[in-house]
Amino acid sequence: MYARVSVRALARSIPSKAIKATPAPLTHSAKAFSTSALSMDSHKKKERVKVHFPGALDSHFSQVLEIREKMEPIDTFRVMDTDGKVLDKALEPEVTEEFATKIYKDMLTLNVMDLILYEAQRQGRISFYMTNAGEEAYIGSAAALDPEDEIFGQYREAGTLLYRGFTLDQFMNQCYSNDMDLGKGRQMPVHYGSKALHFQTISSPLATQLPQASGAAYAIKRSGKKNCVMCYFGEGAASEGDFHAALNIAATTSCPVIFFCRNNGFAISTPANEQYKGDGIASRGVGYGMHTIRVDGNDVWAVYKATQEARKIAVEKHKPVLIEAMTYRVGHHSTSDDSSAYRSKKEVEDWKRHDNPMVRMRKWLESKGWWDEARENEHKSTQRSAVLKSFAAAEKRKKPAVSEMFNDVYDKLTPNLIEQKKELEELIKKFPAHYDTSNYAKEN
Amino acid sequence: MSSILKKAAVVSIPNVRQALLRSNPVLASSLLAKRAYNSKNGVEMTVRDALNSALEEEMTADEKIYLLGEEVGQYNGAYKVSKGLLDKFGPKRVIDTPITESGFCGLAVGSAFAGLKPVCEFMTWNFAMQAIDQIVNSAAKTHYMSGGNVNCPITFRGPNGAAAGVAAQHSQCFAAWYGSVPGLKVVSPWNSEDAKGLLKAAIRDPNPVVVLENELMYGVSFPMSEAALSKDFVVEIGKAKIEKAGTDITIVAHSRSVGFALEAAMLLEKEGICSAEVINLRSIRPLDTETIINSVKKTNRLVTVEGGWPQYGVGSEICAQIMESEAFDHLDAPVVRVTGADVPTPYAQNLEAYAFPDTEVIARVIKRTMNKKIGA
Repeated sequence: MYARVSVRALARSIPSKAIKATPAPLTHSAKAFSTSALSMDSHKKKERVKVHFPGALDSHFSQVLEIREKMEPIDTFRVMDTDGKVLDKALEPEVTEEFATKIYKDMLTLNVMDLILYEAQRQGRISFYMTNAGEEAYIGSAAALDPEDEIFGQYREAGTLLYRGFTLDQFMNQCYSNDMDLGKGRQMPVHYGSKALHFQTISSPLATQLPQASGAAYAIKRSGKKNCVMCYFGEGAASEGDFHAALNIAATTSCPVIFFCRNNGFAISTPANEQYKGDGIASRGVGYGMHTIRVDGNDVWAVYKATQEARKIAVEKHKPVLIEAMTYRVGHHSTSDDSSAYRSKKEVEDWKRHDNPMVRMRKWLESKGWWDEARENEHKSTQRSAVLKSFAAAEKRKKPAVSEMFNDVYDKLTPNLIEQKKELEELIKKFPAHYDTSNYAKEN
Repeated sequence: MSSILKKAAVVSIPNVRQALLRSNPVLASSLLAKRAYNSKNGVEMTVRDALNSALEEEMTADEKIYLLGEEVGQYNGAYKVSKGLLDKFGPKRVIDTPITESGFCGLAVGSAFAGLKPVCEFMTWNFAMQAIDQIVNSAAKTHYMSGGNVNCPITFRGPNGAAAGVAAQHSQCFAAWYGSVPGLKVVSPWNSEDAKGLLKAAIRDPNPVVVLENELMYGVSFPMSEAALSKDFVVEIGKAKIEKAGTDITIVAHSRSVGFALEAAMLLEKEGICSAEVINLRSIRPLDTETIINSVKKTNRLVTVEGGWPQYGVGSEICAQIMESEAFDHLDAPVVRVTGADVPTPYAQNLEAYAFPDTEVIARVIKRTMNKKIGA
């Protein structure tokens, strides 16, 4: 039975008088090792025998062949019901009116901006867009962070940037790739980035940001700053190899990072039940030895509280935390998608009616006397005007200067780039009719 | 001899013969060294030790620099390049990672974005394919795509190309692959001076740099000049070195092939056949075309040598750039590429020997090129 037991394992489990000092040969019958600790009779005693293999950690031996299919599903934490009523008085958020209404106002602004920019793409004015419809409550997680916590997003977290103070102009300039774009027109729309607001430039390959977030968290730990990294991704991206690599290495390297999974039920057309077979993404966190929370992603206060607690663990204990926020993607994946091809419009409408993050937060605010219909209409209309104004201004601006094509490939231009840039400049000068640069900003 | 293998090796080597016993690399290189170096101090250093001292010096000078990878710490490095570093700098600066190239490479990239200066070691560059998305899509492109706002001062290093008896999945050369990516700098050291100077330059460079070492060179000793022993010795990235001046033909090589090219050049000079100029590229990207062009203008003939595959390779790029430049008018013969065979590297020792160019093959190609003349 215990044919191959390492000498070290033996030495730990058997009282010294029972073992000789000579190294044991490789294979034995159980009889050769019948000391009291290893005997077959041990299962008749009540005590359980610990496994001592170096990889086993906390396991015990058992004579029951357990073929386990699932663990107990992890509960989903919520503070409010779908009508915005706090279910347990002990969880009533202790926040100021200003703090709470800012979150809701940003959710509204995000909504308005999404609607207008989505339409802009449909009209051919910008090339691409992705909305946040149905998931606006994630802004609650941004509210729990410190402004210097670094954010690594996927693409559906513009609300966190908005919460931190990214202006409508800045959003529009990026979507229009104009000369005011912080990214100098190098990225597709919604791939925002802001060094000042500690929001890492969005990178398209799914889940690439997860191991990077672990690394940035390692850097923060080395610096001694009391900050963490917040890393957002979807349940679809969690199938990528980088997800598994990132969680494992964040755990083994002790990185202060919060992995926040927006489980919105769809990865373009792939429903969650085809994306994985286990108990969502949360069950994996425990597998990687990580603190794990599952939360109602449509409940601002649940998301807020979960992030608060996760942040404490990350910053104080330098341990990673996985939060899985369950939600529903109301909008299409992007402007390149028409979700009626794979789900009924009725399903979407039902979700909007029965479990709406905006409605839940609004009703909670109204119950506190901090919001009403008049303020709703006023905020929506002023934000709409503001968005349209920014939008029109961004559309009129010129594109970045032509020379920007060669900058930032490296910190300094390399010889071949200098040569190519010079060649282009000469061509533009020589054949102005064929190289119309009127839409580009002037060279510095 | 297998006709399949014969065809495969044909690209630029029409008559592959039974390869001679490989010249003893240690003897050959020290013979070369005595000729190529004026070092009076008599100090010799293996490539491995040169890399180790580069790492040690840079890590001592800058706290932000740290090393991570598989087996780099407690094991002292799979090839002992990081020997003693864990003892000297501790586990915060030398990190042993789980087996996850995409994981630790991604972690390194993210930490570089956040201000640290990682040296990310791949046990071999073959395994880096599991992390190539992080290297190319993130490390190489992020400075550009972020509008210059995000920096990635990372160094990727590890053994590249031919080893001995490790077969196809452990013997590929990645110079051409990484050399094609804008945003990356790529260096390929040959001797100890190259190794130390280029690794130090790579670590100090604020851009992401790929350092392609070679396992078979790790144990080879070379004399180190006084300057090379200094803590501030760097070799400029993007500049090739003329290892041996010559007048009749230019040989351009990188990494291990430089040694073979020098041997071939010395052989032919001794036989009175020609005086070959041997250029050690040192950097794959940026490519020092200026040095090559100037040499070709002088010698009028060019042969490139590499261990990597022929199609879309380093030699192909040099040919194209030379042809597009003023050097074209100075050529007396077509440029010839000497490359590895167009097959996954075989395991059997005799087959493996056929799969990579050596002194014999290079010498034959030089002779053939010397006999050609356009319009004659």
